[in-house]
Amino acid sequence: MKKVEAIIKPFKLEEVKKALSEIGIVGMTISEVKGFGRQKGHKEHYRGAEYAIEFVPKIKLDIAVNDPEVEKVVEAVMNSARTGSIGDGKIFVTSLTEVVRIRTGEMGESAL
Amino acid sequence: MKKNPFFTYLALPVVSVLAFIAPGAANAAGVSQGLFTANNTWMLVATFLVFIMHLGFAALESGLTRAKNTTNILFKNTAIVAIGLLTYALCGFNLMYPGDFNGWIGFAGVGLSLPAGDGGLIGYADGAYTYYTDFIFQAMFAATAATIVSGAVAERVKLSSFLVFSAIFVAIVYPIVGSWKWGGGWLDTMGFYDFAGSTLVHGVGGWGALACVLVLGPRLGKYVNGQVKPILGHSMPLATVGMFLLWLGWFGFNGGSVLSADPGLVSLVFVTTSLAAAAGVLASMITSWMVQKKPDLSMILNGSLAGLVGITAGADTVTVMGSIIIGLIAGVLVVFSVMFFDRVKIDDPVGALSVHLVCGIWGTLAVGIFSTNADHKLWVQLVGVIAYGVVTFAAAFGLFFALKGIMGVRVTEQEEMEGLDMHEHGVAAYNGFQTTNQ
Repeated sequence: MKKVEAIIKPFKLEEVKKALSEIGIVGMTISEVKGFGRQKGHKEHYRGAEYAIEFVPKIKLDIAVNDPEVEKVVEAVMNSARTGSIGDGKIFVTSLTEVVRIRTGEMGESAL
Repeated sequence: MKKNPFFTYLALPVVSVLAFIAPGAANAAGVSQGLFTANNTWMLVATFLVFIMHLGFAALESGLTRAKNTTNILFKNTAIVAIGLLTYALCGFNLMYPGDFNGWIGFAGVGLSLPAGDGGLIGYADGAYTYYTDFIFQAMFAATAATIVSGAVAERVKLSSFLVFSAIFVAIVYPIVGSWKWGGGWLDTMGFYDFAGSTLVHGVGGWGALACVLVLGPRLGKYVNGQVKPILGHSMPLATVGMFLLWLGWFGFNGGSVLSADPGLVSLVFVTTSLAAAAGVLASMITSWMVQKKPDLSMILNGSLAGLVGITAGADTVTVMGSIIIGLIAGVLVVFSVMFFDRVKIDDPVGALSVHLVCGIWGTLAVGIFSTNADHKLWVQLVGVIAYGVVTFAAAFGLFFALKGIMGVRVTEQEEMEGLDMHEHGVAAYNGFQTTNQ
């Protein structure tokens, strides 16, 4: 079991959600985060003084998937989240040691 | 002739009605009861319009400061209204209007004393307003002067010290210097003119604010390595709501300063006031757009207030064109003032010094330039500006400096970093929201 963690541009969320549901992914968690990579930030003015905006708002998606599905999911996210400009984001895939469904106590793949 | 009771009973209501509508029917003041009622009613409307400016200040100051200090800002603004009104009743009113006095300082006694009979009613101000109307209208002005300081010292002043300072400032300093003009004192005798308080309210508040800010020092992280680090306001909607409430209140602030419902004067004042505000917005918009490359909302909010403060000294004696020019110049002045104060490391989170002090001085001098009344002289206006500046600044500086020694005037570094809401009040303004620390 793997966790696919995707950091995407906020306005891409609906598109990514739709693309994932089209391949059968029905559950995910999102959080509002800020970050920067090579996009860095830019300079703005407030009341006559300059300041740097470094952290850019992003959306993070956490999706738990079965091993065979990982490649499909990564591809779906990538294609729907891409704009071609700097700041499109990143996808991290990590191993999940255990997954538990709280309501029933199911564990492992049946909890996904 | 035999007396017919019918006519006696008819005569009473007829005469009463005639007293209201007949132009010839008047009292000793020469004003009919109907006109007196109209005048007094307008003055009471103006009173609560000025009152709502406190909500305007609260919203504007909250919006332009950080979320972690919002409860503190709201608390200060609420407390000041109470302190202002109560001290004005206790002593402020009678310090500001001491009656016959030496022109510098006088006191008509503790508390309010309603003159007997018509003396407190139609005879009090020649049928313009009652004694109580006079008190409550002026009391709202006093509280407004006190609240100007709260924006400048925001985010780092110690609450208790601020409340002590405000109480003494509004109870003693404000009314004594105010008596020099509105109380019939030496500046009034000299011909100094301040229609609604560019100096007496805004200048006084501004000098007080400057004194406190100098004693207090800038916020942590504002001036680093010779650079100005902007500290962004947390709510532009709140700030905008605040500005519009203040503009709304100004209809009463200036409109009520006519001190009657005189249709010609009040309508003129409405026009000059609003056009100056509009001109202030326009000029600050153009100026900040040119200087900052993008138009800054907080600057044009300050711009409208700058125009309003600028017109306040002469709203009833300048032409329409004059009011627009005054507003335009105020709008330019406020933008450069904001940047100037940052340049010399005087930290003013909301632009109170730029709006109230700088444009208060401008508005007062502008009377000497633009007034249609030939008795208004520029050099006399300047004397007034300097007199108020020297005395008010010295008093405020001395007072706040003393408080610094006695009880401290600034929160600790940790309190400032974590926010005054939790440390001074124990209640966050936005429960359930995540606010990031800056």
